[in-house]
Amino acid sequence: MSKLIRMDHTGHTTLAEWTAEDPAALQAAVTAFRRELDQGCIAVVSEGEGQATQVRELPADAGTVILRRPIAGG
Amino acid sequence: MGEPLTELAAVAWRPRVTARSLERRGRLWTLTTLAHIVPFVAVAVVLVLLEPLAIAVSLIALAKAWLIPELYAQRGSNVVNPKARAQKTAESRALGLLGDLIGHDARALQRRTGLVLERGSLGVWLVGEAGALLVAPGGRRVFCFCVRPEGSDLPSGDRIAHLLLALREDESGFATVANLAFSGAAWRMRRRLGKPMRPALDAARAAARTGMVAPLPLPA
Repeated sequence: MSKLIRMDHTGHTTLAEWTAEDPAALQAAVTAFRRELDQGCIAVVSEGEGQATQVRELPADAGTVILRRPIAGG
Repeated sequence: MGEPLTELAAVAWRPRVTARSLERRGRLWTLTTLAHIVPFVAVAVVLVLLEPLAIAVSLIALAKAWLIPELYAQRGSNVVNPKARAQKTAESRALGLLGDLIGHDARALQRRTGLVLERGSLGVWLVGEAGALLVAPGGRRVFCFCVRPEGSDLPSGDRIAHLLLALREDESGFATVANLAFSGAAWRMRRRLGKPMRPALDAARAAARTGMVAPLPLPA
């Protein structure tokens, strides 16, 4: 089961869950993914220590896709 | 290397940070510190030589020579100081997600010190809630970067996770987006850090010296 997670004030919120065998769930995840990106979130797939990749399209085969906010120098 | 950090667009005028540019900036910080210290020390010495009764003024000048680098180091250490906490449930959920992103040793260190240790190509990073410390290879110099995610409503674990993911996406881009708050001796930074965070700096220095992360000593 793949997950789309948004880090937010609650700790994190699971926005969508999908499997390759469930096109409806995948489509719902894609819709949620695009909505969050339109609102300024950045989507990242973590690949262990030292590695993470920004994604602009929902990777259907990723385990977990995390949505983060932009960062800026303080 | 993957895609450049999206946030670089907001600081397009900044040259990208490299190991070499960091080394130069470190040297510049040292020179600036010396430029602050030397005049005060010189004044203190000359005054005593000219008039031994002016020793009180000399001592004040020496105190200033000591205080200025300490204030800079304090400003640097502030980037990793803990911030206000969110609701307990949110903090706990955020820490759970952060724990999933890091390895066992880094998780144990984070629970004890509040900082996440991450090895990079520029050195060893300690990621906190509002910034990160970078221990340069060799473990003698520390760079303090002030950087945070947008919004102040995030739990502490999420703030760290935001920075950690951005760091993993593009280390050099992360250092470019962040503001450099301090660069100087690791021993000076250690004194300004809160006691609970010092083991994290010790572990990062050991990792920067050897290229390995030292096993974390068990809590007493």
